[in-house]
Amino acid sequence: MADPMKLRASMHVDRVEVKILMAHPEESGFRKGPDGSTVPAHFISNVTVQHAGREVLRAQWGPAISKNPFLQFAFRGAARGDELTVTWIDNLGETRTDRVTVA
Amino acid sequence: MDDSRRNLITAGGLLAALLAAGSRAAELAQPAAPAWNQAAFAAKTVADCLKTLGVTASQEGAELDLTAPEIAEDGAVVPVVVQCRLAGVREIHILVDKNPFSLAASFFFSDGTDPFVSTRIKMNETSSVVALAITDRQAYLARRPIKVTIGGCGG
Repeated sequence: MADPMKLRASMHVDRVEVKILMAHPEESGFRKGPDGSTVPAHFISNVTVQHAGREVLRAQWGPAISKNPFLQFAFRGAARGDELTVTWIDNLGETRTDRVTVA
Repeated sequence: MDDSRRNLITAGGLLAALLAAGSRAAELAQPAAPAWNQAAFAAKTVADCLKTLGVTASQEGAELDLTAPEIAEDGAVVPVVVQCRLAGVREIHILVDKNPFSLAASFFFSDGTDPFVSTRIKMNETSSVVALAITDRQAYLARRPIKVTIGGCGG
């Protein structure tokens, strides 16, 4: 099981600013390991953020996202105390879901 | 018909119902893999990638901001911010001209989500980063050259 995401969601007037830091190796599939063989690609392919059962952001990623991916975005329509659900899934089928409360 | 037989039949029916429910639960627990645009992520040039995304015409303008460093010392971590001042932006894509595969990321926005995204990408060598914003009617492009000191794909 992958390490938990670091999540922050803070209210700025009527906007919620969301910052997400995921723990993932993000192997491009081009890098060579110490033994000279190519390290197979291992990267997050899909990310979704949900608020109150509604999808607010959806992403598809390739292997060109940096190791331990960072993502920041903002949306309207939530209030302090609401819960957000962030889920990622990678190209090997591993997945992780974490929750954060809007502060 | 005696009672024990009736009970057996009822139990059998219940068991069948439970099994059916169980298999349905297993289906629910294993959702289909989410969509991933294989063709777009396999494109090796920005032009090809735009084609796979269905973009035939696009305009470059001041409505789309692409913020990134002029010189990235480490190509493995290049911070990129894309912000659009247009209404009705549905998608923002980030592409890198000279990466082995051009498309780095695609973001899909719901109503109420700002057309803004900040992330960190890998760049193999000095090249242009391209931001593409797609509204209901139009596609917008922003381009920015970034010098990379150390490549971030292989090594």
